[in-house]
Amino acid sequence: MLSRTADHLYWMARYIERTENVARVLDVTYNMSLLPSDSNDEELWDMVLEIAGIRDIYDATYKELNATNVIKHLVMDSNNPSSIYSSLRSARENARAVRVAMTTETWENMNTLWLEFGQYIKQDLTQAGLSEFCEWVKSRSHLFRGVCFGTMLRDEAFSFVRLGTFMERADNTARLLDVKYEFLIPMQEANDGAVDYYEWSAVLRSVSAFQAYQKVYRDAIEPMKVSELLILREDMPRSLHACYAEIMPILRQVAGSRQTEAERLAGQMHAKLHYGRILDIVTGGVHHFLDEFILANRKLGEEIQRNFLSATA
Amino acid sequence: MTQSAKQFFDEMQGYGGNVRAIYQAYNRWLSDVPTQQLAAKRAEAEVLFRRVGITFNVYGEEDGAERLIPFDVIPRMISASEWAHLSKGAVQRVRALNMFLHDIYHEQEIIKAGIVPHTILTNSQYRPEMVGVNVPNQVYAHVAGIDLVRTSESQFYVLEDNLRTPSGVSYMLEDRKMMMRLFPDLFRKYPIAPVEHYPHVLLNNLRSVAQTGVTDPTVVLLSPGAYNSAYFEHAFLAQQMGIELVEGQDLFVRNNAVYMRTTQGPQRVDVIYRRIDDDFLDPLVFKPDSLLGVPGLLSVYRNGGVTLANAVGTGVADDKATYVYVPEMIKFYLGESPILQNVPTYQLSKEDDLAYVLDHLPELVVKEVQGSGGYGMLVGPAASKQEIEEFRLRIVSKPANYIAQPTLALSTCPTLVDQGIAPRHVDLRPFVLSGKTVSLVPGGLSRVALKEGSLVVNSSQGGGTKDTWVLERDEVGVESMQSQMAAQQTTKEAVIC
Repeated sequence: MLSRTADHLYWMARYIERTENVARVLDVTYNMSLLPSDSNDEELWDMVLEIAGIRDIYDATYKELNATNVIKHLVMDSNNPSSIYSSLRSARENARAVRVAMTTETWENMNTLWLEFGQYIKQDLTQAGLSEFCEWVKSRSHLFRGVCFGTMLRDEAFSFVRLGTFMERADNTARLLDVKYEFLIPMQEANDGAVDYYEWSAVLRSVSAFQAYQKVYRDAIEPMKVSELLILREDMPRSLHACYAEIMPILRQVAGSRQTEAERLAGQMHAKLHYGRILDIVTGGVHHFLDEFILANRKLGEEIQRNFLSATA
Repeated sequence: MTQSAKQFFDEMQGYGGNVRAIYQAYNRWLSDVPTQQLAAKRAEAEVLFRRVGITFNVYGEEDGAERLIPFDVIPRMISASEWAHLSKGAVQRVRALNMFLHDIYHEQEIIKAGIVPHTILTNSQYRPEMVGVNVPNQVYAHVAGIDLVRTSESQFYVLEDNLRTPSGVSYMLEDRKMMMRLFPDLFRKYPIAPVEHYPHVLLNNLRSVAQTGVTDPTVVLLSPGAYNSAYFEHAFLAQQMGIELVEGQDLFVRNNAVYMRTTQGPQRVDVIYRRIDDDFLDPLVFKPDSLLGVPGLLSVYRNGGVTLANAVGTGVADDKATYVYVPEMIKFYLGESPILQNVPTYQLSKEDDLAYVLDHLPELVVKEVQGSGGYGMLVGPAASKQEIEEFRLRIVSKPANYIAQPTLALSTCPTLVDQGIAPRHVDLRPFVLSGKTVSLVPGGLSRVALKEGSLVVNSSQGGGTKDTWVLERDEVGVESMQSQMAAQQTTKEAVIC
């Protein structure tokens, strides 16, 4: 297929996935801000900016750090490239450019999403409407993956859509865990080892892993197990390992008979996640591990771009 | 009945009095349907069109502005015998036009015979780059849009031929799909000829004009991109044909061949259905600053390394200055008399014609020879004195740039407007496809001027579209429909018993 087409499909999927992740973090944070808690609101909303990696852009726009501003910035600010508005617009623009390459259902789904969003941004989402909005974003994202999965031919177009989804998801899960871990571990120590149930369960809920945790561990929520679940468990759909288990065969498939640097990098990371032990990761520092992961994932993204998506003669 | 319905031939009412035979059953149905219900159907159509993204971009409007072309739920019908006449005439015309194009880029016999003047070679749409170039099957206009208007029960005229990159066929197909969705019952009752196979015929034709020796040609559709006003149509057709929709940046030239950049490396391209004008095809030959085309494309094309549809240089044959000679072309190349008539046309490069036109401006329509889309024209009867005087100056300064035609009494068709159902002027653009053979699917794009009294149907000027029903039988009057329904009734009863 055309490199440009593959590029549009890959980024369309990344932007949709990004939207979902922003909505997840916003929703969970908003719900936490409603609970009586030791941590103050400012810290909570600051974390959201850290996870999205947009602290600088925010500071350039707003003087005060509060829920209203952060939500506004992350939902509808067109100056923020990570806002839901910007991501959805980019997703739809990418889709529009290659509507030929996708099924009618996929395209109509994208277009309806955009039109419905137009209705949402007219409302005040900073208050009660936020949760409903985030639910809508998540369900739309589910629908997007479902319609791709249910209607697309298992060809390259499908491969690049899936690749975009898992590359973005891996990045998001890693960032979320990194920021939360850095923030929650000192708190936990100060609390005399007592796990703050709500904080860690919020982390799990933000990646739909709360029920999975209980099923897998049948135990109180502990940071190390949360880390294991989100980094190493292959059966946990949003874990780093699960993402790479998807990415690897896709890269092998789209490379055909070629040897690509992208496939080598993905294989290397997959091996690390497949054979790694959580104790070793905790010993070496979770932050350190995730930092390296985020860099390696970005490098892989660049190689995918170079190997498949950029127009080279 | 309004004044205009008597003055103009109406597709449904004729000149008033009796409803025309083909519309009788529909008319009965229509008079039973409350107008609000029709309006609701139209609103439903708009929602669906917007969801599917059947929109066009408007040049000069803010980024991302996408508009719907208004869709009318009342069809325009054409009887089987009318269609037989029109389609035969359109095929004849396109055959002659293709022969004309081959001729003027080769032996130029029509010029030698004194039928078409030598000045045609100085027309800005004539491409000297095409002289002596052989195109597969001698097909130049692979897709032609022939604009037809009707002025009475028996009289159709060809308003113009579109041979460069005619558009609108996606509306023909989508309007049909929409009508079938909104009014399934009508399709059961009426023998409406299907049009859905258009992309299939187009693809077969495009494959048939690949260079000799290519057994499984790769066909692509070349578009200027997502911001072009017809992008929806480009995407739609590429998808329907299952071919790649490419932009200039996706193609490159190497070793006298055209390749596209794919995730698997370069892939050879054999046939390009291009929806980019000649001027933007190849910056090395035409506009050097254009980024839409492919550097080196024309050299490959001239050497037979790739087929372009439509061919380069077809514009000279659909130019309004050439239009007047088409009936003569048909006689010259085919030895037949033209089935479809031209609108009587004054060429202002001729002194007599110019004098007449300047004396009769308020009665005439004056068009710029190279204008398109309803721009740069004077509609005499609708123009103010001042507009006429301004246009007069433009004509006098460059008479050869203009042609003039009498104002035609364009037929009207019942149309749903704010005030209810009212007659509005329509035209018809069937699409003629040329490959190994010349053919057309039974239908076309019907455009309708939504403003009362307006004769301008272009979408850029606020015109709308309707579905075109070509009927497979002429006898679809009340009786046959009643008997059909009675037959259905009987079957049903038989089952119940």
